[in-house]
Amino acid sequence: MILTVEHVTTYLYDAPVRGVVQSHRLTPSVFEGQRVLDWRIAVPGAVAGDGFRDGAGDWVQGCSLRGPVTEVTVAVTGQVETMDLAGVLRGHREIVPPDAYLRDTPATDPDAALSDLGQMAVAGARDPLDAAHRLSAAVADAIAYRPGATHAHTTAAEALAKGEGVCQDHAQALIAAARSTGRPARYVSGYLFASGDGTPHEAAHAWAELHVPGLGWVGFDPANRCCPDERYIRLGSGFDARDAAPIRGTARGGADERLEVALAIQSVQQ
Amino acid sequence: MAPAVFNEMYDGGKVRPPYRQLEDWTADMPAALRSLKQKEAEALFRRIGITFAVYGEGGDPDRLIPFDMFPRVFTAAEWTRLERGIKQRARALNAFLMDVYGRGEIVRAGRIPGRLVYRNEAYEKAVAGFVPPRGVYSHIVGIDLVRTGPDEFFVLEDNCRTPSGVSYMLENREIMMRMFPALFQENRIAPVDSYPDLLRRTLTSVAPAKCDRDPTIAILTPGHFNSAYYEHSFLADLMGVELVEGQDLFVEGGLVYMRTTQGPQRVDVIYRRIDDAFLDPLCFRPDSALGVPGLMDAYRSGGVTICSAPGAGVADDKAIYTYVPEMIRFYLGEAPILQNVPTWQCGRDEDLGHVLDNLPELVVKEVHGSGGYGMLVGPKSTREQIAAFADRIKANPSNYIAQPTLALSTVPTFVDEGVAPRHVDLRPYCLVGERVELVPGGLTRVALTEGSLVVNSSQGGGVKDTWVLAE
Amino acid sequence: MLSRTADNLYWITRYMERAETMARLLAVGGRMALLPSTAAGYHSEWESLLQASGTAEGFARKYGEPVQRNIESYFFFDRDNPSSVAACIGRARENARIVRTALTTQVWDTLNSAFQEMRALERRPRSELDLATLTDWTMRQSALLRGAIDGTQLRNDGWDFLNLGYFLERADNTARVLDVKYYVLLPGVEFVGSGLDNYQWTTLLRAMNAQRGFHWAYGGEVTATKIAHFLILNDMAPRSLFTSVEGMTTHLDRIARTYGRSTEVQSKARSLLAELSELAVDDIFEEGLHEFLTRFIGEVAGIGATIHDVYLSGDQR
Repeated sequence: MILTVEHVTTYLYDAPVRGVVQSHRLTPSVFEGQRVLDWRIAVPGAVAGDGFRDGAGDWVQGCSLRGPVTEVTVAVTGQVETMDLAGVLRGHREIVPPDAYLRDTPATDPDAALSDLGQMAVAGARDPLDAAHRLSAAVADAIAYRPGATHAHTTAAEALAKGEGVCQDHAQALIAAARSTGRPARYVSGYLFASGDGTPHEAAHAWAELHVPGLGWVGFDPANRCCPDERYIRLGSGFDARDAAPIRGTARGGADERLEVALAIQSVQQ
Repeated sequence: MAPAVFNEMYDGGKVRPPYRQLEDWTADMPAALRSLKQKEAEALFRRIGITFAVYGEGGDPDRLIPFDMFPRVFTAAEWTRLERGIKQRARALNAFLMDVYGRGEIVRAGRIPGRLVYRNEAYEKAVAGFVPPRGVYSHIVGIDLVRTGPDEFFVLEDNCRTPSGVSYMLENREIMMRMFPALFQENRIAPVDSYPDLLRRTLTSVAPAKCDRDPTIAILTPGHFNSAYYEHSFLADLMGVELVEGQDLFVEGGLVYMRTTQGPQRVDVIYRRIDDAFLDPLCFRPDSALGVPGLMDAYRSGGVTICSAPGAGVADDKAIYTYVPEMIRFYLGEAPILQNVPTWQCGRDEDLGHVLDNLPELVVKEVHGSGGYGMLVGPKSTREQIAAFADRIKANPSNYIAQPTLALSTVPTFVDEGVAPRHVDLRPYCLVGERVELVPGGLTRVALTEGSLVVNSSQGGGVKDTWVLAE
Repeated sequence: MLSRTADNLYWITRYMERAETMARLLAVGGRMALLPSTAAGYHSEWESLLQASGTAEGFARKYGEPVQRNIESYFFFDRDNPSSVAACIGRARENARIVRTALTTQVWDTLNSAFQEMRALERRPRSELDLATLTDWTMRQSALLRGAIDGTQLRNDGWDFLNLGYFLERADNTARVLDVKYYVLLPGVEFVGSGLDNYQWTTLLRAMNAQRGFHWAYGGEVTATKIAHFLILNDMAPRSLFTSVEGMTTHLDRIARTYGRSTEVQSKARSLLAELSELAVDDIFEEGLHEFLTRFIGEVAGIGATIHDVYLSGDQR
């Protein structure tokens, strides 16, 4: 499948700030499931740093703007050819070992309910892959998709207690449950092409990857009860949503920040 | 049974050779002169401004760490061996860091359990796959040593992040030379004052490849409210480099700049005295106001060198400590010159039996604990406490390690009644850059309370000048 | 040099100069309080000092009626008053501690001792401390610091920022003190040239330690015109507006030479100096002394803001 992406993020400050610094993880991962045909990131007025590939295999690029600044636009446009690998992250080069993803963060710290959910899900599993599928299904059952029920700082435990949330909550709950059963797990950010088949979810998407012995990292998207396929574009990973954020930034000066996002993913007719 | 304590000055009734001159010096010093000198020393410390500022605790905000005038002395031969051992350890620790942020051979070879390394809080994913200039991650390695006999030295702890206290090593010597010049004429004492130059040379030698001129070095401090601020400004001054706070720096185009009165000025090497978590709000704690946004991106793309490297702390963790002798054998192919304190891993069946049988003589610590919490000091505990702790160990053995209670050596120390032995430790500062360097000396900390083994300045510890006699 | 270091240096001297001005204002108030009240309903002299120092509101909130003893406490000891002598010395010393290594031992010793003595004064019973003791002590500390800076600091850009702080704060402070006299103290325009008027001018001169200098320069009767000339336009008077602006210009020009770059702040300072050198005292009275001083204070504040933007904020490229 060939997908085109147009993703414009605009930061608006209610008073001029003295400068803005950002770190971008906005470039598609390199693995057998996707191939970049064209990709551009434009931040008008910004000075770019030298990009580099980090230990998790993500392409990271810094940029900064001198003040006074009242508006920053990050415009991503590109085209990616994707293939369905049933969620397996084949051919992805990275140095950070899976064990590093056993560490809890405040957002993914498992409480008793998450640990119970994890233990019950893996009980009776035929093999590690089956266990991973069961974990993902259990999270999908426990947390109903409901936009607006949670916010950016909702933890996995809070989302489970609430019983509803969005893809970020699903992914973090799955990570917490998986880690509590001793399975390395991580958060993945990317894009999803909603094909018009009624899939309700956000185009700026997130899911989880669990490390399965023998297969390596395998993606699971509890929000859509599936593994990432050719409708998904993978950007980068981290311990949790904050750690995997495609754009991290900070402004110098005490202004209030407002965010506007415009995103369109389309498939190119072949 | 209390183990015999090694007195570094007196071997039975005999004075050990390195302390011979000091015997006459103390014998000849009248009490009145002594107290006069002690006051003079204190005035000098205050005058120079070496205080240990503690804010928010009430009392004097500018506290002095007690200075004991009785020096601690090593012979050239003793030091030569220590120096070899310390440098060996510093090299191995850096080899370990390069390895675990790279291919992880030592883990693959099964010599260190991967989970101890990669699950460790100090392991920094953001550094994985990055090799800093010259492959050095820890540029200033502080190795805490204790002595239990003429030739018995043990490493208590490694400090690979930002060991503090070197300003005391330098100032203690300055003050002793000022107050007792005759001592320095009678004894040939190796100087330590080359330390700032060596540190500067070390930092210069790890400038990033993008730096095509004489590198600009800066010391990054959390600010003047930090208790070690004096040391930060002292080192900056002696090296002739800027002392900066996070707000003084900014990142642009993958490079780091200082805000100066003449506009931006490039910084190539940052000797940081702030913790990893505060370095860059984009990468670590988002609420950190102490750091520099974008610093990690600049670091990873080779625009600046951070000393020590973020994530260097994974080498000085309590759980990793046990494996340092293994690192020395693995990376250097050498036998360790300095010994670790013998450590029993309760997680190993053969060790667990020994630990449970000998709890009254042992110190038991939690693997990931710190600050003395979750700890059993056998000789100072009741039978009930020991029994209760034994149950905790049995419930989760792999969470505990045990060590013997060490008989720290003593050095004569001035006390109210005259001179009396007090327990000491030693922290030398090893520099790692293009070369591995060590000035002949270090910081001797002394437990001023009789019988106490606690040398920490926060708990009544003091400091001494540390001498290494020339050949 | 680091912008923050320059900022710290600049504020050490601004705070010390401000501490000295507070002491001088206290001295003026003390003298004026000895003058019998001649007109009903005019501002009390203490009230006018609060107005002059910009601290009236804070004082009223804490103490209510202006009573001499409370004013002394407020001006000298009170850390709730950001301009009190104690607050200024504390902040000057804190700024110095941050840039300890940019200062000579003598400069640090002087400031640190002032701070320690201040703490000792705070512990003494107030009944032992009369007004003159407090004001004399402050002026002595200020003089000691100025001497230490002058005698021992390297003549680099740091020295220029130290002096810039002094001259800028002094320009502002002298203008304010003058303004109090003319605008606040004098009960009405009919008193101009009266005995009360002249007494107040003399007191002012005394407080500025300028009485002898004045007579040396002018001789004869004390008149408003002569005093205004002395404190505004005279290039021999150490605290005159002219001398202060000249000092600012000198050090800004030195900085521009050192850095090989002149900025808008140098032009601003030079044009203010040029204006002052062409001014006659009659022009000032024609514009109105208060109006002139208000404008002057604004211009000095503008130069201060530009110094901040260009050198101290670190945002200049």
